[in-house]
Amino acid sequence: MTVVIEKPEQPERTEAVEPVAAAGRVRKVGRPAVVGAIIVVWLVLFALLRGRQTLSLAVADLTDLHRWINDLDDSIGANRNSNPVFLYFFNEIRLVIDNLVTFVQHLISQPSGARPVPEIGWLGVVGLAGYVSWAVGNWKVALLTAAGFTFFGLQGLWQQSMDTLALILCAVFVALLFAIPLGVWAGLSDRFNRIMTPFLDFMQTMPTFVYLAPLTLFFLIGGASGTIATVIYAAPPTIRITAHAIRNVSRTTVEAADSLGATSRQSLLKVLLPMSKRTVVMGVNQTIMAALAMVTIAALINAPGLGPVVLQALQSLDVGTAFNAGLAIVVMAIVLDRVTTAASVREEHARNARDRFAKWRRPLLGAGAVVALVLVYLSHTYVWAADFPGDGTVGTHIASAADSVTNWAQDSLSGVTNAFRDAITNGLLNPFQTLLTDSPWWVVGAVLVALAVVLGGWRSGVTTAVCVGLLVGTGVWSDAMTTLASTIVATVLVMVLGIVFGVWMGRSVMADRMIRPTLDAAQVMPPFVYLVPFLALFGATRFTAIVAAIVYGAPVAMKIIADGIRAVPETTVEAATSAGCNTWQIITKVQLPMSRSALTLATNQGLIYVLSMVVVGGLVGAGALGYDVVAGFSQSELYGKGLAAGLAIVLLGVMFDRITQAAARRASA
Amino acid sequence: MARHWRAGAAGLAVLGLTLTACGGAKVGDTSSGSGGGSGSSGKCGTFNLAVNPWVGYEADAAVVAYVAQHNLGCTVDKKNLKEQIAWQGFGTGEVDAVLENWGHADLVKKYIDQQKTAVDAGQTGNKGIIGWYVPPWLAKAHPDILDWKNLNKYAAKFKTSESGGKGQLLDGDPSYVTNDAALVKNLKLDFKVVYAGSETALIQAFRTAEKNKQWVIGYFYEPQWFLSEVPLKKVTLPAYKTGCDADAAKVACDYPVYNLNKIVSAKFAKSGSPAYNLVKNFNWTNDDQNEVAKYIAQDKLSDDAAAKKWVDANKDKVDAWLK
Repeated sequence: MTVVIEKPEQPERTEAVEPVAAAGRVRKVGRPAVVGAIIVVWLVLFALLRGRQTLSLAVADLTDLHRWINDLDDSIGANRNSNPVFLYFFNEIRLVIDNLVTFVQHLISQPSGARPVPEIGWLGVVGLAGYVSWAVGNWKVALLTAAGFTFFGLQGLWQQSMDTLALILCAVFVALLFAIPLGVWAGLSDRFNRIMTPFLDFMQTMPTFVYLAPLTLFFLIGGASGTIATVIYAAPPTIRITAHAIRNVSRTTVEAADSLGATSRQSLLKVLLPMSKRTVVMGVNQTIMAALAMVTIAALINAPGLGPVVLQALQSLDVGTAFNAGLAIVVMAIVLDRVTTAASVREEHARNARDRFAKWRRPLLGAGAVVALVLVYLSHTYVWAADFPGDGTVGTHIASAADSVTNWAQDSLSGVTNAFRDAITNGLLNPFQTLLTDSPWWVVGAVLVALAVVLGGWRSGVTTAVCVGLLVGTGVWSDAMTTLASTIVATVLVMVLGIVFGVWMGRSVMADRMIRPTLDAAQVMPPFVYLVPFLALFGATRFTAIVAAIVYGAPVAMKIIADGIRAVPETTVEAATSAGCNTWQIITKVQLPMSRSALTLATNQGLIYVLSMVVVGGLVGAGALGYDVVAGFSQSELYGKGLAAGLAIVLLGVMFDRITQAAARRASA
Repeated sequence: MARHWRAGAAGLAVLGLTLTACGGAKVGDTSSGSGGGSGSSGKCGTFNLAVNPWVGYEADAAVVAYVAQHNLGCTVDKKNLKEQIAWQGFGTGEVDAVLENWGHADLVKKYIDQQKTAVDAGQTGNKGIIGWYVPPWLAKAHPDILDWKNLNKYAAKFKTSESGGKGQLLDGDPSYVTNDAALVKNLKLDFKVVYAGSETALIQAFRTAEKNKQWVIGYFYEPQWFLSEVPLKKVTLPAYKTGCDADAAKVACDYPVYNLNKIVSAKFAKSGSPAYNLVKNFNWTNDDQNEVAKYIAQDKLSDDAAAKKWVDANKDKVDAWLK
């Protein structure tokens, strides 16, 4: 569910800064050997000290920290109605956001006042959405939008889709209100950027389950809490990407503006912002995608829309209905993604060339606006344009088709899948997990720090040491190691798949076109929809959790690797071909080595995505940290432990992010 | 060129206006039938009903909401929430009633005894049974498995990739009351509790086990819609005696039968709302609940349709709630 911890372009930026180039070359010879040595030492210590100082904690046991958090939570709840901070601060925020959400809902999804239908019916929404897509993008995405929105109606999910859309619009609006100014500030000030980064990491990797319950305490149950939960998760990408965009505006341009006597305000408004507009729009895109990932989670605190449909269907294991609603989320994601992408491309074009099209664009836009307004009027006035006609038979068909596919897969594949599961679990996962959980904590900690130093340098070694210390402090060290084992196995599998499909996609445009929509779908489909068939195939096991993580994490890795392969200069490949290399040799000797930094980045993103599925894994048998978080959300006695487990996930994320990023910087240096 | 498009736009606008002239039914023309019902609407106002995430509860909520809406003229606002958050909502005024409470001693202590924001509103009539269950094929093939004393004999058969060499005892959603880890230890069973983490995972495990004749034993409970699809068999544990579960670490007896009850917010109880009386009087049997749950889960009726079907067939019961 995490979207982008750092932008793909990041590594190149710092390559000049890192002074390790010379030292790195000396060390590079020995690096695999050093890693090998560390692992051998670890194995020896494991054999000697197995089972000692493992800091394990039984499922129902708590530490003092956990109890303290529980007490804190209780006292906030008890004093809510008398505390001035609540009365005058949180309640006001809640009121504003609640009104915003209700307003948009009355506009497009919920009955408004005396009207049995919203102010704008389906025809008006389709027309308006199509028009806006065309105005900010192009006519192709406008058609896609109109078709996509009509599809919601055909699925029989018009109102639910509009509720989701309303919530997404509000959340994205509020997120941008904060995120763009903060992003600009972080782009201009290094110090603010450094302060901001840990907060952003926190917002993106802290499992939402941990703060859902407190959110409803602060902002009550309802639209406001759902929106705020979404904002917390969805704002960081825009902040990061805006900061990145501001930083990347060429220095000479800014200097030119300065030398012409522009004030800092002028250079911000006239130079920096316009020049980074395109990238900022990509940030908005990522924020929208992240907001959509929250649809089912926000439903846990009664946010209306497609989320409750998915959750309720799964209570009776109705995969078909859940899939139908999940598909609506996917369609919405694809529409919004393509429109914002088209918008950012348009920014680019509009800046580069004022072509002849620009001349009749204005009257065209005017005409389009008139048409859209007529449609809105119609849908406001007439029943046929307000209520979507038909009873969603398409949705019923989709549901029953999904049901038969799942049934077929469950019936015919289960023999193969069990063998595969047992092979991976016994051959890879169990030994590795034993090594991590049964070694004394200080041995594992030392190994992690040593590996960080070797792979990423001293600075990431220090970060790792701090993270290890804090992990011990959370009191869930043993669970963290169990989760770590599954996470690493999942990441290895993600990378294997990423390389196979990434190379294929990078080498063939055809393959890319065919695979990419599936990857998009895999990233936004609510996990539980496909988890039910996986549960049937693999049972409630850690392996099922790993598969779920792969489905979510592999697409990112594939996309990044495909881009990396495509970025290898054509001439290099041609030279290798003319030197008589066969395809296999070109891939292994030329294309993969030359996209090394893409591979490291893919590992980084793959790991972060896998980590963001830890909680979902806890729902299907992964146990450990994921289960702790889920249990904390369900039982008030375990709340503190759940929060600590959430913190442990954040710490694991930060640790690996820093190590892999430092390694990526080296790879590209 | 530009003039061309302007003309086109004007044409479209005209077309649009003509369409509106012969448009069909207008919004608001036929909306007289909404609301409805025989009761005194207005007096009840809004009734905030929490819906906890399991089908049995959904059935309770469907029927109560239907009756409140149609017989009392309430505006029912159903809120999909987990237990902990629903109870928290009593204090903030966001939730009026929880219809099916399974014990939850921690929440009772916090919200009824300490914060005094919630009060007990009597039993639902449903009996909650918790225990260890096996799929029917297994109970048929090895009838002696239904006695806990024989479980160790079969422990090896229950081994999985997750259970570390012991037999696997599968637990579900962490929201539910469980003493399983202590039970395994105190009954000296060669089993390990594996946490599936959700009801969905648990049900799917039993479903697959029955279909493929696999060995599964796990935590389950009645009333539950799934039992009408696969009638799981309960394993007898040492009988429950009052107080035998007082010390959570030393439990060595079966779970008690839970008399499921209703919880309402203190404010709602004093409000004099007819919906409160309905909640207080609401009472039905496990069979009733299973029937409505079956309509929802297996016949795939909407909540409202399922409730209507049951209410129409059980007028006398509903009338008793409305007294």
